Amino acid sequence: MPTMTYLQAISAAMREEMRADERVFVMGEDVGVFGGAFKVTDGFIEEFGAERVMDTPLAESGIVGTAIGAAVEGLRPIAEMQFSDFISCGFDQLVNVAGKMYYRQGLSVNITVRLPSGGGFSGGPFHSQNPEAWFMHAPGLKVVAPSTAEDAKGLLIKAIRDPNPVVYMEHKHLYRRVKGDVPEDRYETDFSARVAREGSDLVVIAYGAMVHTALEATADLDGASVEVLDLRSLVPLDVESILASVRKCSKVVIVDEANQMCAAGAQVAAVIAEHAWEDLDGPVVRVATPDVPIPFSPTLEQAVLPQVDDVREAVRELLDY
Amino acid sequence: MATEAARTEGNVAEGEREERASVSEHLTLEDRTGLLRAMLAMRGIEERAMMLYRQGKVPGSFYDGYGQEAVSAGPAWAMHGHDRLCILHRDLAAHLIRGVAPARILAQYMGRDGGITRGRDGNVHFGDRTVGCVGMVSMLPDMMLVAAGLAMAFKMRGEQRAALTWFGDGSTSRGDFHEAMNWASVQKLPVIFILENNQYAYSTPIDTQFAVDPVERAAAYGFPGVSVDGNDVEATFEATRQARERAVGGEGPSLIEAVTMRMHGHAAHDDMKYVPAEQIEEWKRKDPIDRQVRRLEPLGVDVDALRAEVKAEIDAATEEALAMPMPDGETATERLFADEPALLEDGETRWSGF
Repeated sequence: MPTMTYLQAISAAMREEMRADERVFVMGEDVGVFGGAFKVTDGFIEEFGAERVMDTPLAESGIVGTAIGAAVEGLRPIAEMQFSDFISCGFDQLVNVAGKMYYRQGLSVNITVRLPSGGGFSGGPFHSQNPEAWFMHAPGLKVVAPSTAEDAKGLLIKAIRDPNPVVYMEHKHLYRRVKGDVPEDRYETDFSARVAREGSDLVVIAYGAMVHTALEATADLDGASVEVLDLRSLVPLDVESILASVRKCSKVVIVDEANQMCAAGAQVAAVIAEHAWEDLDGPVVRVATPDVPIPFSPTLEQAVLPQVDDVREAVRELLDY
Repeated sequence: MATEAARTEGNVAEGEREERASVSEHLTLEDRTGLLRAMLAMRGIEERAMMLYRQGKVPGSFYDGYGQEAVSAGPAWAMHGHDRLCILHRDLAAHLIRGVAPARILAQYMGRDGGITRGRDGNVHFGDRTVGCVGMVSMLPDMMLVAAGLAMAFKMRGEQRAALTWFGDGSTSRGDFHEAMNWASVQKLPVIFILENNQYAYSTPIDTQFAVDPVERAAAYGFPGVSVDGNDVEATFEATRQARERAVGGEGPSLIEAVTMRMHGHAAHDDMKYVPAEQIEEWKRKDPIDRQVRRLEPLGVDVDALRAEVKAEIDAATEEALAMPMPDGETATERLFADEPALLEDGETRWSGF
């Protein structure tokens, strides 16, 4: 089984689906000749040609809107936002047109919108956001967020084949930092949670880059047995797996890299409060980015994004509760 | 690139021209009668729906296209069944021409289970995917981009097909208008944009909406824009026929401005007192149905029989729609996601020229 970076796994998913299915194509700003701002589609234009690796005008509403049109005609577009932040310019098409189409008129919209998201490298307020909660709140969109190379490939293949609009959150900070064994075949990863590490004293629930923060923070905590649950999918949210971990561990810390207010973790906390209240041995604890834009300067950015030490401290406190 | 001829011909203010035999040499008498029938059906269904609204059977408000029937009938007639349409809320005739049954339309207005959206959306917010139509959303002109995307699919697959969408004068102020015009031109897409200029966006007149007639902007994007008399169904047909020929010939998009007038309020609740009475009076004389009747009656078309036939059809459809149940509240949370692909299918081909 080859070892790949998270980024290579995303590329592999698209390349293999494009080879096997001529309905699949990629579109976005600078994805063709340049190979994408992060080089995710590097070499694609040589293999698949300019029509299936489409450099588009700088028009995010246009990217999402035309992808919708192509999809209802039977194609399977993968639309790349250069940065997840820019989806605000395509929000209306995604939320109002794509998200409501099937519910309203039974017309399925098979689009995948890739959103390179997240901070940690001085991207500043417009290149660092984690906007997944916007789309969790918009009915009709699925939202997934892989943390490993293996899941990056499997979730993307599943997204490409899903007849519904799927928002695929790919964390930029994981692109080259995370590596792993990735099966060679074209496999689908279920839109469900995964136990990243088994434990029994406390569970940390996270997704995307925060899974790695959580694993590192709890790798050696004076012998405590800490489970890490990787949500992988935010819509649908794997409530069963969340409750299973909480019931087993009785203590829970939820980590979001997104701003705290109404983040994915807030929904997870609500689910736990409603369905697992009696299984808890302590308060549901959240670690998230405070409700400010992501600042540019490294000292400021590190001060707001959840760090390993922040998670470790929160876990320690709750273990002692 | 609007040709002088086209602009002059399209200028309604320059006088009535219905004395002419036919604006398009590509229409048979049967086509011309079919166009009249579609307009009669649209008006009849909308008048019936307004009645149902007043009886409290149509929830929300009601939006119609009275006086604008030619804007949707002509272009829809010019499109092949395998072409695709994204239809605006005052363009009911397009749905009828594609083959949507009047009973389902009335059921749609009443929020019944038998309506096209099964009660999930109201008014003319629908598109029957089984006849190749995508329903609009209230954010305008979002469908310009969707239509461009449909055209993108045709182009990528090397198919001789075209997409068409309507949008109003107000929508030309939004960014999606620009994105779609630019995108379609850059990629030379087989798409037809029909600007339905009915003089008002809700209460806002066009002189508050734009400084330059949007049809002029087409040239700036690099493709033709023509202005036609939007109350002449044969003119809207002919302009669309030419635009479609251009589209499937690989020459790219076209913009057609159909100049018309919104004869009713924005919706049933709007008394339209912001519109000068003389403006309405002036446009009443340009009624698209009257105009087509005046053309066809001398040719021996039995218009009274046609009216009776349409009325009988609407009577039956009303009865059928009223017998349809309301959707079960239990189903409101169902069918949010598709388990299987459900894509667009072909509608009816009506023009004899295909």
